[in-house]
Amino acid sequence: MLSGLYSLLSAAIFVILDAVDVAFTEAAVGAGITTVLLLGTLALTDTEEKPRRKFSPWPLVVVLVTGVALVFGTLDMPGFGDPYAPANRHVAPEYLADKVRQNPSGDPLTVGIPNVVTTILASYRGYDTLGEVTVIFTAGIGVLLLLGAAARHERPAPGAPPQPGGTTARPGRTESADDANGGAA
Amino acid sequence: MRHHFVLRVVAKFAIPFILLYALYVQFHGDFGPGGGFQAGVIFASAFILYSLIFGLEKARHAAPPGVVRFGIALGVLIYAGTGVAGMLLGGKFLDYSVLAHDAAHGQHLGILIVEFGVGVTVASVMISVFFAFAGRKRTDG
Repeated sequence: MLSGLYSLLSAAIFVILDAVDVAFTEAAVGAGITTVLLLGTLALTDTEEKPRRKFSPWPLVVVLVTGVALVFGTLDMPGFGDPYAPANRHVAPEYLADKVRQNPSGDPLTVGIPNVVTTILASYRGYDTLGEVTVIFTAGIGVLLLLGAAARHERPAPGAPPQPGGTTARPGRTESADDANGGAA
Repeated sequence: MRHHFVLRVVAKFAIPFILLYALYVQFHGDFGPGGGFQAGVIFASAFILYSLIFGLEKARHAAPPGVVRFGIALGVLIYAGTGVAGMLLGGKFLDYSVLAHDAAHGQHLGILIVEFGVGVTVASVMISVFFAFAGRKRTDG
């Protein structure tokens, strides 16, 4: 609940900073879906904490070292909104002027779309966005591989819509695999 | 949630508008804020709301997991296929200028198709992940 509120507040901050697209994502993903998934995970876990065995300092040390390194890194960052920062001088002016692409004939080409974020994401940085979609694809496949099989064989067959690819053969296979795992453990 | 009459009515009332808004964000991303990522998440959140209110079985009926899983791969295929189509038409990979007669039109078309691919993948992944989490029963012990 707190993280959901935090996301909503960050979304408001992004709107104030004129980053409406990011605010959109933050509100939808952070405040909406992440909260639902977290609650779903909480419902799956135990209600009681395991008794702690003994105090171990290593997690604290790791967190402290990482935090100090991150804070040290921010010392070198340029000031907020600095027009001479490297990020604002390298290719961003060309993207904003919308004249960097060349036609085969050599004329400067404008993408000509009012939303510059969409222009950069989908056209100038098309490779990066393809990579991002692939990351989402891979993450989704990973979650399905970890959780999806169990969900499938727990679902009762009668109420469910018929699946292509034979639902009758699969549950038995996964169940026996689970049994084998349980027996091995 | 049989007894939450208000919730059911309000959800039924709100879901079409959420879906419509997702489509607006998807296809109006060239002009206003938004794009495939945001639209996909909003689209998926409508299904998640439906699933929370009316139960997982009905949601699975509305969005069959097989179809949704197919959509995960379909979106990436649309994106990469647009790039390959540009190559086949004589341009570079993901160069949309050759997709239409006019270079600017080609860019518009390419961005529209690519964003649609992004939206399909994001929505499908979100719905699948939610189904995977919600379909799991708690293991005691």
